[in-house]
Parts: sequence; C-alpha cells; structure tokens
Amino acid sequence: MAKPTRPLPKFPEPDTQPFWEATKNHELRYQVCDDCDGIVFFPRRHCNHCMGLNLSWKTSRGEGTIYTYTVIRQIGHPVFRELIPYAVVWVDLDEGFRMISNIVGVEDPTNDLTIGQRVRVTWEDQENEVSLPLFTPI
Amino acid sequence: MSAQARDAAIVGVYEYPLRKVDELSTLQIKAESAIRALEDAGLSWKDVDAIYESGEGGAVLSGIPSTPEYFGVKAGVMDTTMVGGSSFEFQAAHAKRAIAAGKAKVALLTYGSTMRRDAVALGSSGRTLAQGPIHPVSNMEDLWGLTLVGDYAMVAQRHMHQYGTTSEQLAEISVATRLHATRNPQAVQAMQDLGFKGTGEITVEDVVGSRIIADPLHMLECCMISDGGGALVIASADVARDCRQSPVWILGSGEAVKYPENDGDMTVSAAARSGPSAFGEAGVRPDEIDVAMLYDSFTITVLAVLEDLGFCKKGEGGSFVGNGRLRFDSTDRPALNTDGGGLSSNHPGMRGLFLLLEATRQLRGQSTSQAEGARLAVASGLGGRLGGRHSAGTVVLGKD
Repeated sequence: MAKPTRPLPKFPEPDTQPFWEATKNHELRYQVCDDCDGIVFFPRRHCNHCMGLNLSWKTSRGEGTIYTYTVIRQIGHPVFRELIPYAVVWVDLDEGFRMISNIVGVEDPTNDLTIGQRVRVTWEDQENEVSLPLFTPI
Repeated sequence: MSAQARDAAIVGVYEYPLRKVDELSTLQIKAESAIRALEDAGLSWKDVDAIYESGEGGAVLSGIPSTPEYFGVKAGVMDTTMVGGSSFEFQAAHAKRAIAAGKAKVALLTYGSTMRRDAVALGSSGRTLAQGPIHPVSNMEDLWGLTLVGDYAMVAQRHMHQYGTTSEQLAEISVATRLHATRNPQAVQAMQDLGFKGTGEITVEDVVGSRIIADPLHMLECCMISDGGGALVIASADVARDCRQSPVWILGSGEAVKYPENDGDMTVSAAARSGPSAFGEAGVRPDEIDVAMLYDSFTITVLAVLEDLGFCKKGEGGSFVGNGRLRFDSTDRPALNTDGGGLSSNHPGMRGLFLLLEATRQLRGQSTSQAEGARLAVASGLGGRLGGRHSAGTVVLGKD
C-alpha cells in the first residue's frame, strides 16, 4: 500500500485549477469581478455578487488576521495524527477574502494563538505537486 | 391561536429503542419503525400516500428509492430531501405543504442507521479524511485536517471571542441534557451499550474537566455515535381527528441553508432565517415555547440556535442557559432536549427525526422528562457543518 499523504486538491477542476497552478510560484491568488469590483473566493467562473462572467485574478500580499481557529487534538487520519496538536484557522486576508488553512511556526498552538492575531502566508511545497499556503504569526 | 392553520398533524411516532443494533439492516430498522409508528396512529400501509426519506435506505434501479416497494406502499408523493441532520424538519415541512395542497393525506417519514456498527468515525474522521468528489469547495477546504468537531469548535472559539461566552456556560447544555437522559431508560441503555464511563448525572466541572477534542470543545460537549432509527406519521386534519393519539399540529415551518462568506459572521446559523419563518407562520413567539428540541451535535450548536431562534439576543446565550433554565422541571422555559439529546441518548448521524419524536411525546404528555403543561414545542434541526455550509429546519408544534 502506498504511504498515506495529506489530502491535496484533485484535478481536473476548472474553478480552482488556476489558484493551485499559481501556488507553484508561491502566489496566493484571488479573483475580482471586472463588472462590480466584488471579491470572489473560493475561485469560480462567475461573480457571485453581480452575475458577471468577467473575473480577473489578483495576487494577495498574503497577510491577514485570524478570524477563528481550533486546535485538533484527535483525528484518525495517519498523516494528521502525526501533527497533533495542530491549528486549523480561518484567515481574513487584507484584500477581503477569507480562507481556511493551518498555522505553523508556533511552539504551542493551544496557548500561542488568538483571534485577531496577524499572520502571513508561508509555503509548503508538495512533491511534484502544488504548494500549500500555510500561515505563521507575523 | 385561532388564526393558525391546522392542516396537518403528527399522529404517529416511534423511536427504535436500541442504539447498538447488531443484526438489522437500515431498511429493516426503517420498516419496523414505520410499522410501529403507523400502529401508534392506528393506520396501516394502505393509508400512506406520501413517502419521505433521505435516501439512506438505498436506491434500486434508476435512482428510485426502494422504500415504497420494500414497505408495500403506493405513494403519490415521494420526497428524498437530504440536507444532513435537519432533513426530517425539511421533510415534515414539505409533508405539511403537500397535505395542505390536497396532494396527500398520510405522510410517512422514516430513518435507519447503523453508523456505529459501520465504525464511521464521524466526528474526528477515520483513516481517510472525507474528501468528496472533485468539487471547488473540496479543493480549497478539505486539505487542512479539519475534523467535524473542529469545525464546530471554530464557531465556539469565535463565539467566545465575540461575546465572552465561556466553556462553563456551554457545559450547562451538557448537564441539563444528561439529567434528562438519566430519566429515559432508552438513553441509559444507550450509554451503557456504547460504553460511556458514567451514565449518571454530570456537573459543569465534569464537562470542562473532560478531555479537549478540538479547542475549545470537550469530550462531554460532543454527541455520541450510535445506531438507531425511527418513524413519524403526519396526517391531514380529517385523518388526524380519527387517529388513536391526540394530534400534534404542525403550526409553522422554516428552512434555510448557510455557507461561509468572506465577511460572514460564523456565530450566526441558518436558524436565524428558518426560525422567524417558522414562528411567523405559527403566530407564536419563542418566549411562549415550552419545549425546545434543538440539534445537539455539540453544545455550541444548541447555544447558537437558541440565540438565532430568538430565545435570547445574539451573544447572550451563555447567560441564558444558566441557573438550570433548560431542565424539564424548571419554571423558566424552554426545557431542552428532554429525551437526553444527541449528547446522551441517540445520534446515529442524522438526529433531526428524534427532535420531532420527542417534541410530539412532550405535547402528548408522554415524555420521561415531562415539562408540565407543555402546549407548544419547537424542533430545530441543524445539518452539515455549523462553521461551514449547513442546513437549518425549524418546525413549531402545538397541541389542541
């Protein structure tokens, strides 16, 4: 049996493929609607605000604040079990989109994190694959 | 109350008594439960003309649900609404509308599950994280080791940050629910069969002293994983008048879904929309409700839904649940989850049906933790993930 890996995005998936392609260059991308300037995230072909079909990709500065988080203490998945305790977080990026990810680079996630804390993206390259945008406190 | 439409009533209920089912299939659990619920109503297969189910009984050829044929029912209305744990509140709402429109007279809702037996580690995930079929949301959100418990925990964390809610306040929900479970022989049996360390009453200290599964949620704030099932019969007013049990009227219903938004408030659930719709149709205020059957997948679910239904202001749930308010014998209302809830009685994956069953028992005066003089109840299901995308179905019930 193949060694278990952490889950990765699956393709073909036309909405999110450009986002994940850009991660190979360590670019955190989001979409803006050409018609109404609305932020679209997660990625889509259409604007969920004004129904426009003309969206442009932008690159985020990769900085934001923790909206909320949890520290996982129990999980069955063998790869994540090795990481326990680890933080899962919703981050409000400064450009106005919210994404889910992990916090890395803290000694004790159960004590070292707070809502509202400033964080910055950091990349974890996957073998022959995309790079995962993780976050670390600034 | 006279302006209320009384088109459809719950006339038959049955909760499958075991939470550890070693032999029966889900279909067999559904069929036996259906028979007992129809007997409870004084009806039979031939009276049923509308079937509601979530598809867990399996489909045969061409995606046709197998239950009508398996049961022996010729249904003119077939509804396979599947929105997770609140599916049955949605289905009850649909049944009421079908009956009010004259499309059906007797609707049968069934549920069966062997989730425990199948060793589904629902809350903390099995060896493979549930990564669904290829979907944009899955590609963005299923990569971070977030468990189901962890999702709800993130709502609790935000609620604490935004409103100062404490773990001790959330624990009051577990304490009241366990008290009710100790009075329900089926719940006691369930806790024994599922290997609970203790099956007696618990304190706030017990809850906050239990191990943390995903910060800030403790083990005793998480529901059990059981087998089980049940059935519910809803009938038109003319049929209901002749049934064996006194009718429990569906006075109002509301349905809503919610999903994460870039500027969304994660502490607000879809019940903030399903609740006003249900209470508005019923012409009832939350402070008139005697019994609240709220989906207690986790303590935070109950707290958020209590607020969103309007039992208290948003953010004030923490103080609202104190002082034993939620106990069946409290003079403050509502009594909460008087069967013992998903926390301590029954959670085979989709608990929504049991909310309607116990609310009905309360309005018939048949609960093991009877709220004295109960006349109005609300059942509000919440399916999916509270911090992610989820469904809320709210049903307001009243007796004659």
